Amino acid sequence: MTSAMETTIADPPAPPPTRFGLVERLLRVVWIGPLIAALVIYIFFVIVGGASGFFSIPGTAGWLNTAAELGIIALPVGLLMISGEFDLSTGSVVGAASIIVALGTGFYGLPIELTITMALAMGVGVGCFNALLVNATKLPSFIVTLASNFILAGTALGLSRLISGSSNVSLKDAGWAEAVLGSKWMFFNVAVLWYLLAAILAAWVLKQTRFGNWIFATGGNPDAARRAGVPVARVKLILFIWTAVSAAFVGIMSAVMYNQGNAASGQGYVFQTAIAAVIGGVLLSGGFGSVIGIVLGTFIYGIVSLGLFYTGWPTDWLATFIGGLLVIAVLTNNLIRELALNRGKKKL
Amino acid sequence: MAALMTLEGVTRTFGNNIALNDVSLEAHPGEVHCLLGDNGAGKSTLIKIMSGVTSPTIGQLTFDGKPVTFRSPRDAQAHGIGTVHQDVGSIPLISVARNFFLGNEPTKGWGPFRRLDHQTANRIALEQIRLMGIRRIADAEQLVGTMSGGERQALAIARALYFGAKLLILDEPTAALGVKESKIVIDLIKQAREQGIALVFITHNATHALSVGDRFTVLIQGRVASQFRRGEKTREEVLNLMAGGEAFDAVGHGD
Repeated sequence: MTSAMETTIADPPAPPPTRFGLVERLLRVVWIGPLIAALVIYIFFVIVGGASGFFSIPGTAGWLNTAAELGIIALPVGLLMISGEFDLSTGSVVGAASIIVALGTGFYGLPIELTITMALAMGVGVGCFNALLVNATKLPSFIVTLASNFILAGTALGLSRLISGSSNVSLKDAGWAEAVLGSKWMFFNVAVLWYLLAAILAAWVLKQTRFGNWIFATGGNPDAARRAGVPVARVKLILFIWTAVSAAFVGIMSAVMYNQGNAASGQGYVFQTAIAAVIGGVLLSGGFGSVIGIVLGTFIYGIVSLGLFYTGWPTDWLATFIGGLLVIAVLTNNLIRELALNRGKKKL
Repeated sequence: MAALMTLEGVTRTFGNNIALNDVSLEAHPGEVHCLLGDNGAGKSTLIKIMSGVTSPTIGQLTFDGKPVTFRSPRDAQAHGIGTVHQDVGSIPLISVARNFFLGNEPTKGWGPFRRLDHQTANRIALEQIRLMGIRRIADAEQLVGTMSGGERQALAIARALYFGAKLLILDEPTAALGVKESKIVIDLIKQAREQGIALVFITHNATHALSVGDRFTVLIQGRVASQFRRGEKTREEVLNLMAGGEAFDAVGHGD
């Protein structure tokens, strides 16, 4: 009894809770890097290309239109990447959807709503095919969707030529779809409005729903997600369908807007969408990213594409510019992520 | 007190390979049952059986006095078995609260406007890890990646207990941790024991095992080599058993 005092070893005082200052809070904002990059690039082109009209309404509409068409697909591609998978089949889905609408409406004279439904159904089919193959075989989605991109590209081209004798079919009258999918306001395509809606939906899903939490978990640690009861395969299925349907939507839109479908069009989207997502801060290995980041990534892509034109420099160099930007973006995003993770860890 | 979970004569074979051979053990509420053994001794198979990942080839599981067969890990969880795996099941780049509620996210609103209840999630997650004695975390929205290994263990344990675990299986929770961090985990184990939780603690570390264990089972090549209670064997004897029963130069090799 008398020695009780001596044998009691006092617990060391608990370390104080870490306070998060402004810097830490900023670092935790996933899209801070893309935001700074977008501003810098925008200001650069306003200064260099502003005199020839980059800063004007047509100039602004130009890059926004580009960003919108890219972004409608880049959003789900980005979410899919957060869940740890790729989709390289979007290019062919765009082409196939446009040729379905053009052939159906322009060649067979089917009602536009029927051909649009068919094109969207094709998107659902491709999404299911990709997801089922990835889930069943555990093959990397990079390979699976690359394969489906080729399969679909060839099929669309072959069928189009078989039926109409050409890979390029024109579409005379799209009816009501003209207003919904192909109209313009000043110089802005209606696609910009669709993009806004798509971005709101994607942001809502990722941040505010259980499904959004499952997307992060599926990409961040699939085993842990599965053990916690997350239906990992279903998460991927839904995202693959979402991506393919969005690509089909863009294909339909371009058929209506340009009054023609082309089976071979759309291949540019395959890598542009992934590039926009990565520039927007989405982690290639999954588990990290944001919708605002992806939107900023598509803005950056649009600004650079159009801005280069307004500077008067030869636009042949666009790809070089984008490639360089991609490397810088990945390095910066990695750096910011490391900082965000290590700031809080220092003590203890 | 009656055992919460018992395994009787559990054998598990994979083809010609006998991973577990006639293993019996009991987990009691408010007690820590240490599972010791070298790599390949059958510890992982035993945990998988207890947590519903696989089922025994022969043998019977009893939980809460009733014979049970688990169809899946979810099924075992529904019975009240929480498993904290070596990788803790944490997702480094999402917030503490999102991790805590993964798979059980609280929502509010209805229909298409049903959305995550971030406020509730943040509040409960923070409360629960604080109950575990982790006071350094002040913000449920900070990324799990900013937590130390011990803190992540605390998060995983808090999570399992919050969602109703009566039996907690800890798979080598201290294996990748430093001395200070290990102490946090050992304290957590003691705390859970005081709350009347039955614990199964798998470890390589004799010091950790002896500091909290109430019962011990040593597995060698799929068989129970020895089963004893706290104080029945000396540290040297335990080390000898863990090394496969061979003579073992105990000094300084245990940790």
